[in-house]
Amino acid sequence: MSCQETRELIHGYLDGELDLVKSMEIEEHLKDCHVCTQTSKGIRSLRSAIGDTALRFEPPANLERRLRSALHRESEPGPKRMILRWRWIAAGMSLVAAVFVIWAVAGIFGRQSTGDLVAQEIVSSHVRSLMADHLTDVPSSDQHTVKPWFNGKLDFSPPVKDLSQQGFSLNGGRLDYIGNRPVAALVYQRRQHSINLFVWPSTEVPSVNEKASVHQGYNLIRWTNAGMTYWVVSDLNLAELQQFVQLLQEQSQARLS
Amino acid sequence: MTAAYNLARWLVHNEADAEDIVQEAYLRAFKFFSGYYGGDTRAWLLTIVRNTSYTWLQKNRALRLADPIEDKLDEVGLDFADPEILLLQSVDSQIVRHALQELPVEFREVVVLREMEGLSYREIANIVDIPIGTVMSRLKRGRKRLHALLANRMGKEASIELPGNTRIDSRLSRR
Repeated sequence: MSCQETRELIHGYLDGELDLVKSMEIEEHLKDCHVCTQTSKGIRSLRSAIGDTALRFEPPANLERRLRSALHRESEPGPKRMILRWRWIAAGMSLVAAVFVIWAVAGIFGRQSTGDLVAQEIVSSHVRSLMADHLTDVPSSDQHTVKPWFNGKLDFSPPVKDLSQQGFSLNGGRLDYIGNRPVAALVYQRRQHSINLFVWPSTEVPSVNEKASVHQGYNLIRWTNAGMTYWVVSDLNLAELQQFVQLLQEQSQARLS
Repeated sequence: MTAAYNLARWLVHNEADAEDIVQEAYLRAFKFFSGYYGGDTRAWLLTIVRNTSYTWLQKNRALRLADPIEDKLDEVGLDFADPEILLLQSVDSQIVRHALQELPVEFREVVVLREMEGLSYREIANIVDIPIGTVMSRLKRGRKRLHALLANRMGKEASIELPGNTRIDSRLSRR
């Protein structure tokens, strides 16, 4: 750094307002330059002279009392202020009412949007798994290979069903992350269509009735069963996807009975 | 409140007026609390004190900003490297006070906010409503002028007290 630049920036340096790089450059320069070092010393001594506490003007003892009484007078409810005050109270109350309405409405829609949020995550995860060519962590069509693979990776054991005889072949499983928790993703295939089945322990009220929806052209179906939440997503047509869900539900029924 | 009073007192040079300004600033702050958008309350109050002081200065035709012609002098004149400045360590705070009072108000305010209140460039920039770069250049010019004023005063004083170079020695030994 040149003397010219140093002279420009030395005040910022001494005030501790420069970034690390510039500060170090100035320090380097000061090591070698006597004139700039003198300048720096000069500014330092000037600063300490001005920073001398003797130069401060202390407020007179009565000022604080004076301010207190002035502020008190200001907040005193005179007749004119009374009206103003009522207006404020009215404004305040309508504000409270408005906030309550917003809160109530947000509560109703908020509950829906949690589901929407999860659906969005499910679709994103499905798309990502296809794009990154990362459908499976454990590629296997054997349910007895896929199911144990999740042991130690999740705090639950997802039910894994083989539906290859019905035309839905199991391709494997992988770990995924939905709604702030790790979940199991099981990958099935129907002709050229990949199906992602997400499973995690349910926190919702159980409902065997499945709910179908469409997001970005993908069909989604969700349901809960035996304490597990299921989401299935695919570009497969809805009828066949519903058939897939039906088969899964029948399989778990069969196992229970 | 001490910072508010100190700033007002440095800007208007007068005890009674400084008190009035602080009171007015507090009342304004109280009334327009809705204009407060978070952040440092002290900096916010100082902004109001500063603006109230400026209004007062304008009303009393006491607002003396730096003469644009003088600006050119900032580029020349005494440099900090002058050995004279080392004497400042022993300089009487009364002399510094007078020199600071002579400084044009736009330099005085940044020097007071920086050296006495220890505010950052950003805080000063917000209070005075100028860019941060301008804060640095005003500090630089303010300090340079102060240095020149001090050297000048000390030179004058010394010429009365002591002749020639003995001045430096006597001052250094006094410390």
